Amino acid sequence: MRKPSFTTVMLIAGLIFLYLPMIILVIYSFNASRLVTVWAGFSTRWYVELFRDQQILAAVWTSLRIAFFSASMAVCLGTLAAFVMVRFTRFRGKTALSSMVTAPLVMPEVITGLSLLLLFVHMAQTIGWPMDRGMVTIWIAHTTFCSAYVAVVVASRLREVDLSIEEAAMDLGARPVRTFFQITLPVIAPALAAGWLLAFTLSLDDLVIASFVSGPGATTLPMVVFSSVRMGVSPKINALATLIILAVSLATFIAWYLMRRSEARRRQAMLQDMTAGR
Amino acid sequence: MSKITVRLRRMLKPGRGWVIAVPLLWLALFFLLPFGIVLKISLSEAAISIPPYGPIFDYANQTLNVAVTFGNYLFLATDMLYVSAYWGSVKIALIATVLCLALGYPMAYAMARAPAHWQLVLLLLVMLPSWTSFLIRVYAWMGILSNNGLVNNLLIWSGLIDSPIRLLNTNFAVILGIVYAYLPFMILPLYANLTRLDTSLLEAASDLGSRKFNTFLKVTLPLSKGGIIAGSMLVFIPAVGEYVIPELLGGPNTVMIGKVLWEEFFHNRDWPVASALAMVMLAILIVPIALFHRYQSRELEE
Repeated sequence: MRKPSFTTVMLIAGLIFLYLPMIILVIYSFNASRLVTVWAGFSTRWYVELFRDQQILAAVWTSLRIAFFSASMAVCLGTLAAFVMVRFTRFRGKTALSSMVTAPLVMPEVITGLSLLLLFVHMAQTIGWPMDRGMVTIWIAHTTFCSAYVAVVVASRLREVDLSIEEAAMDLGARPVRTFFQITLPVIAPALAAGWLLAFTLSLDDLVIASFVSGPGATTLPMVVFSSVRMGVSPKINALATLIILAVSLATFIAWYLMRRSEARRRQAMLQDMTAGR
Repeated sequence: MSKITVRLRRMLKPGRGWVIAVPLLWLALFFLLPFGIVLKISLSEAAISIPPYGPIFDYANQTLNVAVTFGNYLFLATDMLYVSAYWGSVKIALIATVLCLALGYPMAYAMARAPAHWQLVLLLLVMLPSWTSFLIRVYAWMGILSNNGLVNNLLIWSGLIDSPIRLLNTNFAVILGIVYAYLPFMILPLYANLTRLDTSLLEAASDLGSRKFNTFLKVTLPLSKGGIIAGSMLVFIPAVGEYVIPELLGGPNTVMIGKVLWEEFFHNRDWPVASALAMVMLAILIVPIALFHRYQSRELEE
């Protein structure tokens, strides 16, 4: 066997570095002992306790609802923004739009959270809305930063789309709106799905921004996890972590399977074209 | 100009404005405007009221402000706590970014050189952790690094140390946490950049007798500059304002500006000082953000 190169070794070491802490987390979720450092035999009691914890269950439901609506709205806004940035060559506000799409990707969360909260407080004072903060304000905050991520994902797909099909549709008399919905949208659909999923996970995961803009009425899952984790290590959180890792791994595996299948189909079609050509 | 844009122009004249206006207005209202309000509040005086800051425009007494207003910034400049928090954040973020690059670059390089059918799997493997929970990934290190945690137990068991060494609640733990949490965001742009690298250039270099390392230094590295900048900014900028990692892994010696801002806001309820802290942080980060934007828009428009 050939000696593996330096970069291959680094890749394997890096992957171990990324996965080892998560594997340890999963292993200790099955620990019977409350002490995370002592192994006292296999047990699923922390999972039972997790599902009995009403506070966590309520927070999961709140977080899922916020994530669903944020991701859906972010896909609409982000797709519009991507379409405008890629297809409209010159218009007033183009630089402003592209800056406002890239800046949220890196903006420290404490700044985004603080500034949005101050906006909501200001709005409540001047126009009387929103009187109390909660799910709606979190939804607005999440939609805003998630739409930036969606815009980047969709824009990169939009740039690869073959324009000639859209041109053909319009030559045949289709109006731009119809062309968009019947030609462009199906072609970029995988990017929309990817963007939606990304936005969904980002919204589910956000602690800092939600903490700023939330009110007493809405407690999201990361807030509950954070207040518990601050007190120290808790095996219930390990059980929750295991379930999250399981769900994400499953979703990623399905995505990989679908991508591989479409890839294989494309390769098959290409091979057929090539043999037919000869 | 392509045919389609001409057609879009002609047919979408009225509709086009709306298509542009919707995302532009949303982002202007919920992303840009809030900064104006932060700036305004950072120039006002703290007050015991709801909300806890004084008005800037007091029409009954128009001579106020100026003396009071820059007070918050002056306060930040004179209190060593804030100055050292800024310095500490930048230093920790910088070290973490360099370490991320040192680990991420070879990983991205190996991924880009891997056989085609492996690349998607590797990419998903690298990105998967970032889709789980940030909070939980940071939390994982608490159990590993604590005094009776895995690392200390292992070291004591092997006889290297007699009593546990302090790993958790140190700057080391914070840097480790940042590298761990942000590594996927370093690798992604580097990988995207390196897969596009024209391999014929490398062949040409080797045909001309260049050694492998020399080729890397003179060809690969300069060509991947864009990826290096994007990845580094994706790590550095959020790391400067990081709150969760110093809170969970840091100790009493870890003063980072994100944590200080959080405490000013939630514990001291001093909104004007928190706003001033945010404005100064933004001023420090504006150049890195502009750098990232330039790379990203080149990426978006090519």
